[in-house]
Amino acid sequence: MGELMIGLYVFVLATLTGREIITKVPPTLHTPLMSGANAISGIAIVGALVVAGRAEGALQTGLGIAAIAMAMINVVGGFLVTDRMLGMFRKK
Amino acid sequence: MNLDHSIIEIVYLLSAILFVVGLKRLQSPATARAGNALAAVAMLLAIIATVVDAEILSWSGILIGMVIGSLVGAVAATRVAMTDMPQLVGIFNGFGGGASALVAITEFVSNPAVGASSAGITMMLGTLIGAVTFTGSFIAFAKLQELMTGNPITFPGQNAFNAVIFIGVLLLGAAALGVGGLAVSTQTLFWAFLAGGLILGILIVIPIGGADMPVVISLLNSYSGLAASAAGFVIGNMVLIISGALVGAAGLILTMLMCKGMNRSLANVAFGGFGGTAAAGVDRSLIGKRPVKRADAEAVAAELGYVNSVVIVPGYGLAVAQAQHELRKVGDLLQERGVTVRYAIHPVAGRMPGHMNVLLAEADVSYDKLFDLDEINDDFSNTDAVLIVGANDVCNPAARDPGSVIAGMPILDVDKARRVIVMKRSLSPGFAGIDNDLFYFDHTLMFFGDAKGSMSDLVRAVRELA
Repeated sequence: MGELMIGLYVFVLATLTGREIITKVPPTLHTPLMSGANAISGIAIVGALVVAGRAEGALQTGLGIAAIAMAMINVVGGFLVTDRMLGMFRKK
Repeated sequence: MNLDHSIIEIVYLLSAILFVVGLKRLQSPATARAGNALAAVAMLLAIIATVVDAEILSWSGILIGMVIGSLVGAVAATRVAMTDMPQLVGIFNGFGGGASALVAITEFVSNPAVGASSAGITMMLGTLIGAVTFTGSFIAFAKLQELMTGNPITFPGQNAFNAVIFIGVLLLGAAALGVGGLAVSTQTLFWAFLAGGLILGILIVIPIGGADMPVVISLLNSYSGLAASAAGFVIGNMVLIISGALVGAAGLILTMLMCKGMNRSLANVAFGGFGGTAAAGVDRSLIGKRPVKRADAEAVAAELGYVNSVVIVPGYGLAVAQAQHELRKVGDLLQERGVTVRYAIHPVAGRMPGHMNVLLAEADVSYDKLFDLDEINDDFSNTDAVLIVGANDVCNPAARDPGSVIAGMPILDVDKARRVIVMKRSLSPGFAGIDNDLFYFDHTLMFFGDAKGSMSDLVRAVRELA
């Protein structure tokens, strides 16, 4: 089985796992769910580090650094703002 | 696979597990914060594993990128007002998509002769999904921030035009992989393909109006996940594929829930140009012409202060007026008087899923007082008074009329309560562009004014009740 097929298996199974977990998130947490998921999509940072690390030309280096900056905005901003919101959800 | 690399792969696996467990903890407000922290740890592990494993030729640029990104993200996250959360999430989606696109773009630029292989196809997919997410999110941001009109921007033949652009972009993508053997360099074709993808993102979002934004934001959230997955296929990294798929699923589920909350299909939201002045065949001649019963703050306070149960229905107007703190004061004062106060939240109230819940949480309303439509709808007939703050279409009884443009939309059955008080600036229609019969019912009182000013008056009036 080629790498692409393995990747597809993983993708489909992860999607199904995500569906099972996320349908049970209550509506009151939908905004934090969205911003938290958003932070997780900052996982592109891994790809950005790989391509920026091995970049040789000026163009590739520039694109790679831009990718890192954008992904880090997502990661740091996403997790922080989600934490800030969730800190407000209190039961009295 | 040598031993060192196996360790890295195991750290990635651990990271993927922590993402799943972290998301699972979002199933309850009591564990959600710890879940988010767990996902952040997962991210940190993935970053450390990558930095240790990847061959890094020059550290300076990478560090600069990381510092700039972290600073921008941290400042935005700590400064943003809760009312502006939809815009922030919107623009963060865009950066996520942009980052994934740049990964795929950089890979293509390094291998412009990749050809129509699986590697080439994943690069094109990553670039396209990421580019659409990037510009689409910026348009959504501009609409929510009111940098441009929130109404749908439509023109004749729009859907056909978009379809042509879409097919053109796909053809350019194929040509950039060498299909057709054009005499133009694959690099040039690729840049044209990228430009097409960026334009497509703009075209997809401009015809969608303000109140449909919860669907758009959810969908772009899903795309940002898919873009990350595609980047994972490009560089052959499983943790990207898994995390991206989780986010893709989350966004898609929210998208479907939002569509269900409006009883409209995704296709109708995406291509219908719904809202604003776009709704055709609606009689607007009577809007604002029929007599209503008006009430001032004192009268409203008297209606709310001497009953057993009050349900508050917040809408986007509450967010616009930033009146959530005053609203909570009214709720607290009523409770001190022995009134049971609950909040009813429609799935599409506000501009993103859960928007109202976050606003009320910020105002320190206990989350066990917030009820969604299914939980509270049967209770309105036993409710003494309903206070609607800046909401309109979500409680328009026209939804029960099969001939209405909002026919079949699940609504809060507020008209079944013994008394309905609507706090609103004017009788102007909501996003659906239709009049709301609720305003003219015998048991409805209209409390006109800006939600913040009116709410401050109401706080004072409730305090002065005997």
